[in-house]
Amino acid sequence: MANGIWIIIEQKDAVMKKVSFEMLSEGRKIADQAGEPLTAVIVGSGIAGLADEAASYGADKVIIIDDEKLKDYTTGAYTSVLNQAISSGEPSAVLIGNTAIGKDLAPRLAQRLGVGAATDVVEVAYDADKLLKFTRSVYGGKAVTVTSTEVRPVLATVRPNTFAVSEPDTSRKAETVNGSADIDPADLKAVVKEIVMATSTRPELIEAEIIVSGGRGMKGPENFAILEELADVIGAAVGASRAAVDAGWREEMYQVGQTGKTVSPTLYIAAGISGAIQHLAGMGTSKYIVAINKDPEANIFTLADYGIVGDLFEVVPLLTEEFKKLQ
Amino acid sequence: MNIVVLLKQTFDTEAKIVISGGKVDPTGVTLVINPYDEFAIEEALTLKEAQGEGSEITVVTAGGDVAEQALRTALAMGCDKSILVSDEALDGADEWAAAEAVAAALKDVEYDIIFAGRIAVDDASGQVAVRVAEALGIPSVSSILKFETDGTVATVTREIDGGNEIIEVPLPAMLTAQKGLNEPRLPNMMGIMKAKSKPLEKKDLAAVGKAAGDVAAKFVIDSVSLPTPREAGTILKGEAAETAPELVRLLHEEAKVI
Repeated sequence: MANGIWIIIEQKDAVMKKVSFEMLSEGRKIADQAGEPLTAVIVGSGIAGLADEAASYGADKVIIIDDEKLKDYTTGAYTSVLNQAISSGEPSAVLIGNTAIGKDLAPRLAQRLGVGAATDVVEVAYDADKLLKFTRSVYGGKAVTVTSTEVRPVLATVRPNTFAVSEPDTSRKAETVNGSADIDPADLKAVVKEIVMATSTRPELIEAEIIVSGGRGMKGPENFAILEELADVIGAAVGASRAAVDAGWREEMYQVGQTGKTVSPTLYIAAGISGAIQHLAGMGTSKYIVAINKDPEANIFTLADYGIVGDLFEVVPLLTEEFKKLQ
Repeated sequence: MNIVVLLKQTFDTEAKIVISGGKVDPTGVTLVINPYDEFAIEEALTLKEAQGEGSEITVVTAGGDVAEQALRTALAMGCDKSILVSDEALDGADEWAAAEAVAAALKDVEYDIIFAGRIAVDDASGQVAVRVAEALGIPSVSSILKFETDGTVATVTREIDGGNEIIEVPLPAMLTAQKGLNEPRLPNMMGIMKAKSKPLEKKDLAAVGKAAGDVAAKFVIDSVSLPTPREAGTILKGEAAETAPELVRLLHEEAKVI
């Protein structure tokens, strides 16, 4: 017991993902409540330099697992090294980001460790008995469960944008150790041949602070240009409803909703989106929801914090102009 | 080729959620095949058709007797046989327990490839398929958008944050389907007729070599509740020349998000 709260740091090209800062910030608070140390585990290739950054966001200890074979994420290799680190370090809890990597890694790692896992959690509460209680959004956001376990380590993946990022303290120092990068050959079966990143300069949908999404009301693929212009002025990602994706106007990777991405930005602007239950399932935990729709009866207005009843083709370009004035 | 599909029966996504006795009440709810599992079935059917004679699809689920309906639908779509792992001890099963039970049922099944949905729309957990792969000791690739195989290696496109990656994985392997992989077919009348006589094998835990104690849940659900409804806020009506600047002002000064 009491071997600490571990945060599995996600990084790409030796740059930490936003969700990692979020988990370190919240992990620090949990560690203080539990009276346990906070450990950051950084897996990858050429990533030792991230230790100081992890320390400045609250880590007491940093475990570096650095190997050429860990440059690109693969299920087997990452499961192999993390299983070894966790089995020998025996943490009380392990938090992972609910990203494409975390969603794949957590169940595999949990099964190997013989533990349960709470995935895509939207709230984490310290509990004196269970250590952590997790809130999850189920049935497309139509129900909420609170779940916990007595099995150690407690494993969970946290939805990006769930926790606030604390101010870093660069005077903080952490004890840094190297973890074993021995990988069982049986865990090296899948090989990444090629990675093709979208050429967008916009933030990734799941970690964006602001998302501008378009739906059926956009009327055609060419009209998304006005959303892109707005997005670029306010640093937003551009999403789409299922209707817009099914119509072939936007790629599937940009779909928000029950059969698309689940997002939780600070600000979600829905343009020409009626607010079908499947869409709400993907963005209902956004801090502020703004709706622009010409139909005053659109369901989206029943839960929008702010809304404009009007023609989005008039409203959106005017919003872009107004936001420009703020800069 | 021997192809396995893992399936889960879920609530229709339009279903209204009612909580009674601390649980989600299934009374009167339309049950369907989890939408992502339909992609898995379709990919299995496409592969079987490409392979020709001698290929067979076994569809496997865990659940109550009512899950037979979902298996019959999968058989009607063109799967060949099915296994339902059903046992009272699996009530309250978490993802670990479900994976242990399903993996145990697969010990007696030959497979070259296993398809599953990447997530189920009810508990949105997205764990069981990957856990089954681990329990079986085979590699897995999650959230695939494209699949091809030469019979010994699968080449798949996996969705990652902000892009895709192309992965080669030797068979047998577990692949979980993301939306965009294919367009699932609907069962036709002939398929529905044929499905009635296709094998549906029901197995309890003992039949798959497990005891109740082997599948005790690791995680427990402490409470289930309806979410706090969001309330309608400030809705602006009128000329766009007035509403747009006002919205920007509210976001800047009131919400302070921009």
